Amino acid sequence: MSIETWATLAKFAVWLAALMGIVAPIMVWVERRGMALIQDRRGPNRVGPFGLIQPLADALKFIFKEEIVPTAADRTMYLLGPILALVPALTTFLVIPMAPDLDFRGHHIPMVVIDGEAGVLLFLALSSLGVYSLVTSGYGSNNKYSQMGAVRASAQLISYELAMAMAILAVLLPVGSFRLSEVVAWQQHHLWHDGKVHVWNVIAQLPGFLVFLIASFAETNRLPFDLPEAESELVSGYGTEYGSMKWALFFMGEYINMASLSALMSTLYLGGWSLPGVTLPAGWLGVAAGAGILATKVVLWMFFFVWVRFTFPRFRYDQLMALGWKVLLPISLLTLVAVAALTVAGVY
Amino acid sequence: MEVAVFVTFALLAVAFAIVVVAHPHPVKSTMSMVVVLFCLAVLFTMLGAPMIAALQVLVYTGAILVLFLFVIMLLNVGRERAPVVDRPAQRWVALVAAAFFAGFLGMLLWRTHGPDTLEPLTPDYLSIHRLSWELFTTWILPFELVGLLLLVAVVAAYVLARAPRPGEVPPAPPAEVDAAAGPKPARAAAGSHP
Amino acid sequence: MSVPISWYLVLAALLFAIGTVGALTRRNGITIFLSIELMLNSVNLLIVAYARLLGDQGGQVIVFFVLAVAAAEAAIGLALYIAVYRLRRTIDINRLTLLRW
Repeated sequence: MSIETWATLAKFAVWLAALMGIVAPIMVWVERRGMALIQDRRGPNRVGPFGLIQPLADALKFIFKEEIVPTAADRTMYLLGPILALVPALTTFLVIPMAPDLDFRGHHIPMVVIDGEAGVLLFLALSSLGVYSLVTSGYGSNNKYSQMGAVRASAQLISYELAMAMAILAVLLPVGSFRLSEVVAWQQHHLWHDGKVHVWNVIAQLPGFLVFLIASFAETNRLPFDLPEAESELVSGYGTEYGSMKWALFFMGEYINMASLSALMSTLYLGGWSLPGVTLPAGWLGVAAGAGILATKVVLWMFFFVWVRFTFPRFRYDQLMALGWKVLLPISLLTLVAVAALTVAGVY
Repeated sequence: MEVAVFVTFALLAVAFAIVVVAHPHPVKSTMSMVVVLFCLAVLFTMLGAPMIAALQVLVYTGAILVLFLFVIMLLNVGRERAPVVDRPAQRWVALVAAAFFAGFLGMLLWRTHGPDTLEPLTPDYLSIHRLSWELFTTWILPFELVGLLLLVAVVAAYVLARAPRPGEVPPAPPAEVDAAAGPKPARAAAGSHP
Repeated sequence: MSVPISWYLVLAALLFAIGTVGALTRRNGITIFLSIELMLNSVNLLIVAYARLLGDQGGQVIVFFVLAVAAAEAAIGLALYIAVYRLRRTIDINRLTLLRW
């Protein structure tokens, strides 16, 4: 196999290992300790130093629990739900650049697993498949609460997907391409480049950034938008009838989805693997530095997700839909128009 | 390698298309349709249309089929019951007619397609920049008209599907003594969804 | 070896035929609708294949429009189903026979 094929496999393996092996377990611990910190109590602190082995204990519990399929449940759909939950999680990170390009033995290797023409569109397309896990699990559980959770979830997800897509389009307009590596390159300069403003998009497109931030909470079903799995209302929404490994797959998918979306947010709005005005050294050192910078940004966003979860109350369903359609969508459309005008005027 | 990918996804698409058409439960049909559309998206990418592939998954699979599932769950559409008068001969006639139709159409396309060898894909053909340029210059009028059409569709869908307002009296359903179709479903008000 | 275009065309024909059979033989309204969508998608495949053969990207633009029109049609069709269900409590086409002679 050629060097490029090996490189693609290696990049895929690195992302997979980082997401499934590091993010998912660590997030379990971070969420519970972070929850405790905000709620003024201690979190798990028995299982290891500072409770660090708690994720391992949880994993063992999930593996040894009994696997139940309810008798009246639609077996195919019931089992398909948790599997589909991992599809957007494990495929969306493929278009995110993690480091500057590497020149290895004469081959120029971009640090993206898939560097296709339709970069961000692929991300949006694969993350829109996340609705199916909610719908199949809610429908397949043969349970009123699950079905209501599924209906609410699908409506919520497709509404906020629209506002998110408009915000992403606004970012792509000055760049002129769907590829995320070019989005990062656009943000790399220190404020003034070629007579145009080239700065981190969080400053250049603040309303779009806020829309994307709020929509990403809705897309990952995190509080304040977690009505589909609202514990105090719907028992657990689409996840009511799920236990042991299937439940573990659900929330593993949720954490990995959060991480992918955080990586996308960092790439689109915070410059991805680059720092403003800093040229990273070429070669492996640059790759490590770039990956480290992206990882830092993702970690900060993940902590922000946890922080918001235990700070805000939950949105009611009608408030949620009103926010998505009547507030976020108009703001993102206006941002798109404004950015288009500024791009044509030569400012961006 | 390319042939292997094509054959795999083509066979998957045909197999799941047959499931869409033949399975009695509409939810399973819809999920099989998801697989068919995904296979078609892969074939689109092989044909040098990555944007159409992504748009198909995003719009068709991610929104339209979700709408289908939504309506199925809302209306509680169950398995299709067997017809009271079952004529198995009809099924065989349908299969033969379908095979004939498929064969005829396939042969028609096979004989009229022109040269079989393709030029290799150029980055120019793949470029979304050129696609969008064509969309917004040569095809600007259809683009605006489709936008208008979508607006009409949104308004029409809202008006058709909304619950009757207080004061509006929907016409009474005709008395049904339709023995051929089986018992009426027991569930009441479909309009009271969350 | 690269895949000859005629294979894509035959696949599109096959999917179209399968969709036609579904639209004509099923009783459940939703499945009929799905078969129609299958037919639309087979035509999309056909158009993209021809666009590749002729080297013209206009085919992809047409597919873009077909996608949008199919979305509009699906929305209105499903809204019609909801309206009909409210009145007749069924979407079995053998029972929706008001316009029959």
